[in-house]
Amino acid sequence: MSSLSQPRLPQATTTPMLPLTLDGVRFSHRGQRLLGDIDLRLGAGRTLIMGPNGAGKSLLMRLCHGLLKPTTGQILWNDQALSPALALRQAMVFQRPVLLKRSAQANLTYVLAIRGCPRRLRKPRAQAALERFGLATLAQRPARVLSGGEQQRLALARAWLLAPDILFLDEPTSALDPAAIRAVEEAVNQFHHRGTKIVMTTHDLYQARRLADDVVFLNAGRLLEHSPAERFFATPQSSEAAAFVRGELPW
Amino acid sequence: MQRRHRLSILALSIALSAPLAADDERYITLASTTSTEQSGLFADIVPQFREATGIEVRVVAVGTGQAFEIARRGDADSLLVHDTQGEEQFVADGYASERLDVMYNDFVLIGPSDDPAGIADADDALDAFSRIAASGTPFTSRGDDSGTHRAEQRFWEDAGVDTDGGWYRELGSGMGPTLNTAAGMDAYVFADRATWLAFDNRQDLAILFEGDEALFNQYGSLLLDRERHPHLKHDLAEQWHQWLVSDQGQEAIAGYAIDGEQLFFPNAE
Amino acid sequence: MPIADNAFSTALTLIVTLDPALLNIVSLSLQVSLSAVLIAAMIGLPLGAALALWLFPGRGAVVVVLNAFMGLPPVVAGLMVYLMLSRAGPLGSLGLLFTPTAMVIAQVVLVLPIVAALTRQHIEALLAEYREQLASFGLGRPRMMPTLLWDARVALTTVVLAGFGRASAEVGAVLIVGGNIDGVTRVMTTAIALETNRGNLALALGLGLVLLLLVACVNGAAHLLGEHARRQMG
Repeated sequence: MSSLSQPRLPQATTTPMLPLTLDGVRFSHRGQRLLGDIDLRLGAGRTLIMGPNGAGKSLLMRLCHGLLKPTTGQILWNDQALSPALALRQAMVFQRPVLLKRSAQANLTYVLAIRGCPRRLRKPRAQAALERFGLATLAQRPARVLSGGEQQRLALARAWLLAPDILFLDEPTSALDPAAIRAVEEAVNQFHHRGTKIVMTTHDLYQARRLADDVVFLNAGRLLEHSPAERFFATPQSSEAAAFVRGELPW
Repeated sequence: MQRRHRLSILALSIALSAPLAADDERYITLASTTSTEQSGLFADIVPQFREATGIEVRVVAVGTGQAFEIARRGDADSLLVHDTQGEEQFVADGYASERLDVMYNDFVLIGPSDDPAGIADADDALDAFSRIAASGTPFTSRGDDSGTHRAEQRFWEDAGVDTDGGWYRELGSGMGPTLNTAAGMDAYVFADRATWLAFDNRQDLAILFEGDEALFNQYGSLLLDRERHPHLKHDLAEQWHQWLVSDQGQEAIAGYAIDGEQLFFPNAE
Repeated sequence: MPIADNAFSTALTLIVTLDPALLNIVSLSLQVSLSAVLIAAMIGLPLGAALALWLFPGRGAVVVVLNAFMGLPPVVAGLMVYLMLSRAGPLGSLGLLFTPTAMVIAQVVLVLPIVAALTRQHIEALLAEYREQLASFGLGRPRMMPTLLWDARVALTTVVLAGFGRASAEVGAVLIVGGNIDGVTRVMTTAIALETNRGNLALALGLGLVLLLLVACVNGAAHLLGEHARRQMG
């Protein structure tokens, strides 16, 4: 994949992935409906998925990313079902970063290796990504002994090297202190400025106000609202969303 | 770095396994009994045979019953055991074409030196066995269907003794472990003299009865049947078989001694 | 304890004088057990990882059988290999009985279930942690395997060591398939058994101490390696 030689912007030569369309998507487990039915259409920009605990936010992201299969309904990327090739143009950062038991640098060269990057280019490119996310001095440290914030930035640096068109983030800052939260948000904006579509869940109303271009609001597995951020925070359409915005829904 | 490590491990293991593959075809596998091996006889006479013929003898020392089984399955080229009845049956069954007397040693009755059953002044071997049973002193038997075990059982039978009592301990072990056990529990034990002489852990045990001709322990060499197992090294095995009964072989056997005591007595005809 | 005192001085004498018979036995022991462990690891590590990764009908039965074989008595393993390699057995024409190769095969039978079963457990635990991330990278199961094996390397080193411990300590299997032939298939454990049978308890215990020392050295080296890796990689 020579396209990895430069961190890649969505290019005219590759077919666009957006919009992402969910058509009657439902997810049931052991006969119990956990999510759905969801009809949703996401374009470019930063989408924040919000809602109280158990609303189905993580579930929705895993379905979009292809880690789970919907029980019914379909998920289309620019009218295409998810193919292996399309899956490789996405990345996901988890709430608790899953880092390999290797050095910070080796965690980065690993993803370059599995994407077929030539050996001699791996270390310089990994080092550049470490620098971009303020981790350059930690290159040789075991990834597992880094602080929570450093680990999450390393996970973002790793995602950066995958040069995704879409980046999913599942509560990436939920366990971090304010300084680390700020660093992660800056990192998310770096992706945004590179043209990467952001889909992110959060509990943090202030974070959502800072980042969101549009908001998807879920409650109890149902989609209650999808609107531009400004309108969502100013005039929520549902009473649940209104209560949530006022900080009155348990989360 | 890691790659180099793995390469060196691979190289090491290949180097280690190389000698496993090296093989010298000029050898035979001999199935024999633990008593001959453990007495040190083979360590003494096999080098002499090798010098004379250039053939190595690899000894697999097991109980007589297992030695017969190994030969029956075609896993040994030659067989040297001490169970004349069994050997003759082996020839009669067509597994071997010839059986020759090679040598004998003798069995002895061993027990705690204070001799609670009083067998030291027994009239003959049968009397000694009867006295052990009558005294109720523990007796350890190999119980492993070896030549020694079979000989011991014939004595009990001839003496009319029922070995069901608690004094009779059947171990299912080789001669050495049985002697170890007897030494540990101050029991009587029936053993071949060669193993006893080479045995170190005697503690309070001593030979208490010996010399009765009924205690002679005859060894025979068997020439295995060529047609039943054509893959065996019959020509080399036949050289061994003939050497054992030759003057040179018989002298070698007679010459083996521990502490000046001769262990095996050649008696080929 | 005269025997014990005697054993220590016997062991010391054997080691200090580099007794050639002892060196021969030690080198054969290492060749046989290391070869067996190497082969068992080359089969058992991927096999265990595959059992952790793939769900297929009968997988439960395979796991139960592997776990049961972990406790297989060496004598039974030896007997099974003996019957296979015997001239009257299915692989008899290879003429491997009473050779070091036969001993390696018997020890592979003993060690492979340990390596495979314990590898499955470790990889399954690691997979629970890694699965979503690796799937997110777009990796299918075959490509997950090397990643999981490498990241579990510290635990798997211990697994392979456990296998080496079993291989180098057992006597039942190599005695049956090797025949304990002097200079050909006599290894530490069968030599110890033989000297015990001959009542040479001091020599037997001396050999036992040498064996203990060898196993301790191998384990110590692996432990240091593991600690090094732990410090390096967290």
